[in-house]
Amino acid sequence: MGLLTNLKDSVSRVTDRLFASDDPKRIGIYGPPNAGKTTLANRIARDWTGDAIGPESHVPHETRRARRKEGVDIERNGRSVTIDIVDTPGVATKVDYKEFLDHDIEKDDAIRRSREATEGVAEAMHWLREDVDGVIYVLDSTTDPFTQVNTMLIGIIESRDLPVLIFANKIDLDEADIKRVADAFPQHETVPLSALEGNNMDEVYDKIAEYFG
Amino acid sequence: MPEATPSDSTTESQNGVQIDLISGSRMEGLRSMEKIRLILDGVRDGNIVILEEGLSPDEESKLIEVTMTEISPDEFSGIEIESYPHEDAADQSFLDRLMGRESTKKLTVIGPANQIETLHKDDQLISALVSRK
Repeated sequence: MGLLTNLKDSVSRVTDRLFASDDPKRIGIYGPPNAGKTTLANRIARDWTGDAIGPESHVPHETRRARRKEGVDIERNGRSVTIDIVDTPGVATKVDYKEFLDHDIEKDDAIRRSREATEGVAEAMHWLREDVDGVIYVLDSTTDPFTQVNTMLIGIIESRDLPVLIFANKIDLDEADIKRVADAFPQHETVPLSALEGNNMDEVYDKIAEYFG
Repeated sequence: MPEATPSDSTTESQNGVQIDLISGSRMEGLRSMEKIRLILDGVRDGNIVILEEGLSPDEESKLIEVTMTEISPDEFSGIEIESYPHEDAADQSFLDRLMGRESTKKLTVIGPANQIETLHKDDQLISALVSRK
């Protein structure tokens, strides 16, 4: 891509944001499979609209299509922030249908699920390049955050100059290690939470309003 | 003399694992999709591809997307990828960042997910176990 095209794109991105500041921001919820993205999306949607976004499951790649909840009004400190939440499929570089067989899923269904999962990951990457204004990156704080997928995705988000918050999820579990998550990406703010139990959601909403409002 | 391609250096894959080390200057002349095609064609043949200077974030994003479209049951389950930045990658000027000239200098190892397993990774070493098809 030429320098002028790059410069034009950069200027366009800035002006788009300046002149569209009153429009709801589309906030993509990204992260690896099983980090708790849909649980978080449902928690936010239920807290502020009363509706859920999609089914939660311990089976990887349960979310195989990006799901959107529009017009979520979050009120903090006397002012209201409106966002559109995009719950995306967990990003991976590999999908093997045999992994689904371990969850008592029949082979035909496992193959169908894996095919849908690959389409979902491709869709999530497309959303990231084209259609989100900010990112909530969800990590399971009981697992090692130093993975190539996490590093690549954070790099992609940074290269697009998108505001990003890192959420260290599942702090209700004994094995949770918030410091390990914070140390993995020290250039970004890390917010600990349990989307399942609703722990520390006040800080979560404060930070969403601060970063995406 | 015609330029060698990774596939020219034929190795009977049954007898071993082919490793393609691709220089930064070789990749420099390619468009994004040509780079991704070069990588995925090699990986789908069961080769380990090592890039001297890696891909840009945008190219990495497209690599994931194209990989997903090519996954097929019992045939190709995706890729394993590991990389770490060269020390000089952090020395980017403000103008470079402003103009979108991201440094992509990071040694990158890519292989078929069903044949490569990362054993260890730190700032200075990637250790991988590679099995035959």
